[in-house]
Amino acid sequence: MDFWFELLQSILQVAIAPTTAAFVLAAIGLNIHFGFTGLMNMGQAGFMLVGAYGFGVSVSYFGLGFWAAIGVSIAAAVVFAIILGIPTLKLRGDYLAIVTIAAAEVLRMVVKLAVLQDITGGPSGIPGQKYRPVFTELSPLPEGKTTILGLTYANTGVDDWWTRIVAWGLVALFLLITWLLIRSPWGRVLKGIREDEDAVRSLGKSSYAYKLQALILGGIMGAFGGIVMALPAAMQPDSMGRPMTFNLWMIVLLGGAATIFGPLLGSILFFVVRLVLTSLAGEFIPSSLLNTQQTEQLAWVLIGLSLILLVVFRPQGILGNKKELSFNV
Amino acid sequence: MTRTTAISVSTKRPLGVALLLGLLLALFLGIFPSGPAHAAECTPDASTGCVQGVIKTSSGDPAVGIKLTIKGGGEDQTVETDSEGRWVFAVTKAGDYTVSVEKSSLPDGQFFKSAESREVQVQLNNQASALFPLTDDESAAQGGSSATGGESAGESTKSANSFSWPRFWQQFVSGLRMGLLISLASLGLSLIFGTTGLSNFAQGEMVTLGGLLAALFMGITGNLWVAGLLAVVVSAGFGWAQDKVLWKPLRKKRLSLMQLMIVSIGLSITMQYLFQFFWGSGVIRIDKSTPATWTFFGVTLTVQSYIAMGISLLAIIAVGLGLMYTRFGRATRAISDNPALAQASGIDVDRVINIVWIIGGGLAGLAGVFLGLVFNGLNWFTGGQLLLMFFAAVTLGGLGTAFGAFVGSMLIGMMVELTNIWLPGDLKYATALLLLILILLVRPQGIFGRKERIG
Repeated sequence: MDFWFELLQSILQVAIAPTTAAFVLAAIGLNIHFGFTGLMNMGQAGFMLVGAYGFGVSVSYFGLGFWAAIGVSIAAAVVFAIILGIPTLKLRGDYLAIVTIAAAEVLRMVVKLAVLQDITGGPSGIPGQKYRPVFTELSPLPEGKTTILGLTYANTGVDDWWTRIVAWGLVALFLLITWLLIRSPWGRVLKGIREDEDAVRSLGKSSYAYKLQALILGGIMGAFGGIVMALPAAMQPDSMGRPMTFNLWMIVLLGGAATIFGPLLGSILFFVVRLVLTSLAGEFIPSSLLNTQQTEQLAWVLIGLSLILLVVFRPQGILGNKKELSFNV
Repeated sequence: MTRTTAISVSTKRPLGVALLLGLLLALFLGIFPSGPAHAAECTPDASTGCVQGVIKTSSGDPAVGIKLTIKGGGEDQTVETDSEGRWVFAVTKAGDYTVSVEKSSLPDGQFFKSAESREVQVQLNNQASALFPLTDDESAAQGGSSATGGESAGESTKSANSFSWPRFWQQFVSGLRMGLLISLASLGLSLIFGTTGLSNFAQGEMVTLGGLLAALFMGITGNLWVAGLLAVVVSAGFGWAQDKVLWKPLRKKRLSLMQLMIVSIGLSITMQYLFQFFWGSGVIRIDKSTPATWTFFGVTLTVQSYIAMGISLLAIIAVGLGLMYTRFGRATRAISDNPALAQASGIDVDRVINIVWIIGGGLAGLAGVFLGLVFNGLNWFTGGQLLLMFFAAVTLGGLGTAFGAFVGSMLIGMMVELTNIWLPGDLKYATALLLLILILLVRPQGIFGRKERIG
């Protein structure tokens, strides 16, 4: 019985973890790219990296304050989106895919450079305590620990309630923004581009400009995802590589592209299902047959397989509507 | 414009996906005993002292499979560096030890910058480390037994990042080698893209599969030629099977290209972790013997590298001639131009695409075998790491043109190896990707592509 109780508790733990929120944020951004506008962005991890390092480097190396660092982060994401968008948004969808994935990799290689050791920390990244203080000192919460639903965290500290409140607050904010934007005339143009770009152009709208705006907006959300991801832990270039992007795709497709709550549902499900599978395997399959490392690898195999099955059999995901889905290249 | 309606029209659900995965699993389970290799680990405690270090090549990549020995205090151990270039010895007595690197196990073109053996003092419950910096500039190396000759001793102090013509020449030939290896894989990628429109993200894993299979067959047969041939044949068979059970049913189901691309990403993730599951995350070496090197016009490469370059070139020429002059080649090009018209004029499109998959799989497998030999081992991510190079090459040459893929690959290979002279080694792949982005800015259709394909 103990096992099941602990499992329930860790499910709850994972469901409200800042990392889960970070994935939701980045997935909301990806959903604006792919779900609403039909852009094949395969470099969302690049946006997260730009956001995280924009924030971390401004604080740890240039000594900026919290709000200035957030500003730098947003600016960096905007610049990155413009650099990516200008050459590729006029081309067919798979070019954007290849360029975004390439650009994200280039970025990751650059921040990993040993030459930049002093600024970005090289391959080992920036440790959390170098940039976290500017965030924790904003916390209005009193000292001490709080227990809610059996989960105990410090109010303000390393892995704390304050990060969770801010992370999920951001999620709520971005969901609201997405909802408002998508039902606005601007959002309708985006959907129009997804459905039929030529038709939108014939109405006198510049589909190029709208696509670039969408790329920027989703990129900024990705950047916030990166910051939230780095806040409770450390910044590591390799944690924001290709696997991260693929996970985000999995999340968006699972929850349902082109829906408001798809990324939220997808992200929580993604983490919870993985946790349940690995804990069940850890509990009931003897480690002589399958050790932790192998369970982890099999979990990844399962992710790959579910991605295939999802795209083939239920491309609209759980919440999605098949008519609202665009896969046209 | 939209193909979304088409998705719901088809009612026949392909069992293909499940079949392929079953096949994959059966293949692996049947032929390969499970036994993941773990990287060497040593935790210092009251009765253990650790000696460790990381060896990196001059370009900053981990130097893999380098043999080290430790002697002293009754110990005589030998280890090899793992996929991250890490090596570690655990000793049970405190005292002075000598750690030495076996010179013959260094990758070709790499030399010791300082010493090849070091004295270390080891204490129990503690860690000691030893550094073995490498350089690719022979004249700057320790001992300076220069094969290129003609250089004064005064030059031995210059940094590894400086330019010299012999070095340029060495990197140039390495670039040719890299280009030829990339060509093999990107030809397949380009042919598949040309005939089906699919950007196959699992191409890298087809490369890895070739190399890993070669290592497996090498263990069984002990003959490199047989092992390589078998690996290529099985890779080609895997290409065939992939098309039969996965891609063809999905085409019939009228999945859009974007969906197919995501399917290939899923396949790539699945294969990567299956590799890790069965082969472990360490480095797998195909040929465990120390490769012989050969100096030819001042360029030192392993004999295997020269052979690999020759066979690659032959394979590429054969595919090129086949595309130009055979009926099948004409059919392939017809399908690239206009599949519907090709079908209408009596070409069996599915059969041609299937053969393209076989060729693509075989070429990728061959690339994997050679990569494993030339770079002294490969791991589960070798192909995945190069995947973007393949895309860069194909895009640079022009998506869907076979000749373009070849030229693009050679340019990318050169770029990767030559930038290494001036820039830190960590950046060598980054420059190729930057080139890709720049090309798309200036000439999105690539060097040999036609404009209609891009918009």
